[in-house]
Amino acid sequence: MVGSTSATVGSVDLLLRGRRRELRERVFEGLLLATLLVAMLILVALLFSIVRRGWPVFADRGMDFLTSPQSSLPQRAGVVQGLIGSLILMVFVAVLAFPLGIGAAIYLEEYARDTRLTRLIVTNIRNLAGVPAIVYGILGLVIFVDFLRRVTGPGGGKPGVSYISGGLTLAVLVMPIVIVTTMEALRAVPLSIREAAYGVGATRWEVVRNHVLPYAAPGVLTGTILSLARAFGETAPLLLVGAITGFLATGSGTFLETLRGPYTTLPTIVFDWSRQFGQEFQQLTSAAIMVLLGTILVVNSVAIVLRNRFERRW
Amino acid sequence: MTTLTSHGASGAGFTAETLRGSTRRRRKELIIHRLFFGAAFLSMIVSALILLSLLGRAIDFLANIDLSSLVAPGWFPRQGMFDMRTIFLGTLLVTGVGMLVATPLGLGAAIYLSEYAQPRLRRTLKPILETLASIPSVVIGFFALTFISPQIVRRLDGQAGIFSLAAAGIGVGILVIPLVASVAEDAMHVVPAALREAAYGLGAKRMSVSLRVVVPAAVSGIVAALILGISRAIGETMVVAIAAGGTGGSLFTWNVFRPGQTMTAAMTSLAIGSDQVRGADQAFNSLFFVGLILFVLTFGLNLISERFVRRVRQRY
Repeated sequence: MVGSTSATVGSVDLLLRGRRRELRERVFEGLLLATLLVAMLILVALLFSIVRRGWPVFADRGMDFLTSPQSSLPQRAGVVQGLIGSLILMVFVAVLAFPLGIGAAIYLEEYARDTRLTRLIVTNIRNLAGVPAIVYGILGLVIFVDFLRRVTGPGGGKPGVSYISGGLTLAVLVMPIVIVTTMEALRAVPLSIREAAYGVGATRWEVVRNHVLPYAAPGVLTGTILSLARAFGETAPLLLVGAITGFLATGSGTFLETLRGPYTTLPTIVFDWSRQFGQEFQQLTSAAIMVLLGTILVVNSVAIVLRNRFERRW
Repeated sequence: MTTLTSHGASGAGFTAETLRGSTRRRRKELIIHRLFFGAAFLSMIVSALILLSLLGRAIDFLANIDLSSLVAPGWFPRQGMFDMRTIFLGTLLVTGVGMLVATPLGLGAAIYLSEYAQPRLRRTLKPILETLASIPSVVIGFFALTFISPQIVRRLDGQAGIFSLAAAGIGVGILVIPLVASVAEDAMHVVPAALREAAYGLGAKRMSVSLRVVVPAAVSGIVAALILGISRAIGETMVVAIAAGGTGGSLFTWNVFRPGQTMTAAMTSLAIGSDQVRGADQAFNSLFFVGLILFVLTFGLNLISERFVRRVRQRY
């Protein structure tokens, strides 16, 4: 309806009603376009104001900012612990939330009959995807930090506050999002593909594994990558399950000891520094945000490239 | 059954048994089915655990405080003042300012993308919203504190300090724009082209088609978008924790240009408080009570918006 008809529609309308209406049309379209321009302006202002403040840190110290641990001295403080912490938490999310989320989505789209229980589960998942992140922090605090503290580890001073509790909390938080996006990707695969496979005698799992999943893979991948980026920037629930704000000693110990020990993440460092007064910390915060945003934007553009490359219209 | 099996073994041809496939294949199928069901059912357990974690200590809180302390001159949990009105109103003001920003911008962007933009322009404009959506809320919080507050809020009201509910509200609005835009655009997208064509055939122009045909047809989805936006704004934490400035507590205020406290920000400042407060008195338990209210509120809003979304899908 967009292309050729609009010209005809336009000229007929002009003949019928005159030019005044044309002006209203133009103003309306301009207003609509302005809303998108404002959104773009906000984005530009945000990036500009952060790069302007954060750039001097990189200019003065170079890579040193990325490789130094936290410190109360702004000239020495760096983000290495946060980067490592965030990356370890992402591994938890990828290992726990992705298989469980994709499995649940496959069940709901491919296996489940339309029963009352199925509908209840789907509604519940959609709602879970909209529950504020901080509420998941309470879940993590009560279940993973307090109740399971024997498993989740000694932490640093506070029992149970560890990578494991943080990772589990983020995994639970991301799972509903993974399920919802995966379900959408599965739904986009046409029924005829499944019917063809069933027709030659494939079992349900064979249909899913060999026919549905390969076609849905780009969509599933995009969804999971985007949810990973979301988890990477998540802050509020981690404050509740005890990501350290402030100084954290660099630990030495076995891998398991580290996982059961205290941790910090990049976004919690950003939060912590943003509350310190003084221009130096504002610059540090901006520099840390540049690292955070840089990582997220790279991850997201990978997802978008994947989608554009492999997306298929049926 | 047994006779069929023996027939199958004799290789006489087509029997029920050959159609059923091998036992191994069937067993594998069953195990996979159960595993996937388990994964899906896990979400029910998560919901139950969330409710359980909130309820226990929220009840503790209510049982151990003087109920009159729920109405006080302000929200100062460490002094035993748990004024719910303060944090309710704070949340309401931040959400209000946020939606004031997000509604026109989000819906305008949705209408433009769905009704006006040529496919090519759409491909270049949409990533703006997607990038905006991917920015973490801590970052928007810092932006609200260091840019929105001095550049916008202080120009609106010279008396405003660095921290204000208005700065937090605008920040929350920015976070909500992409959500409102994408849900509303999806709703307009499913409106059948036949409706538009009919209107164009009668000589309507694009503006009338958008406002009088597409928007009314997609109204349930648009309402759903706004409700989801409100729910997201109510639950938004980091922007408010950074930019509203209610650390430690806040007085009851109607003025958006003052510092204030929302439900979520109250929870964070309790969570990052010093260890002496943890568990020592009811201050820390109030976190769970506030969390419970927040959970029920957003869960309810999400349920309602789900209803509206389903209505659009059913109609077309």
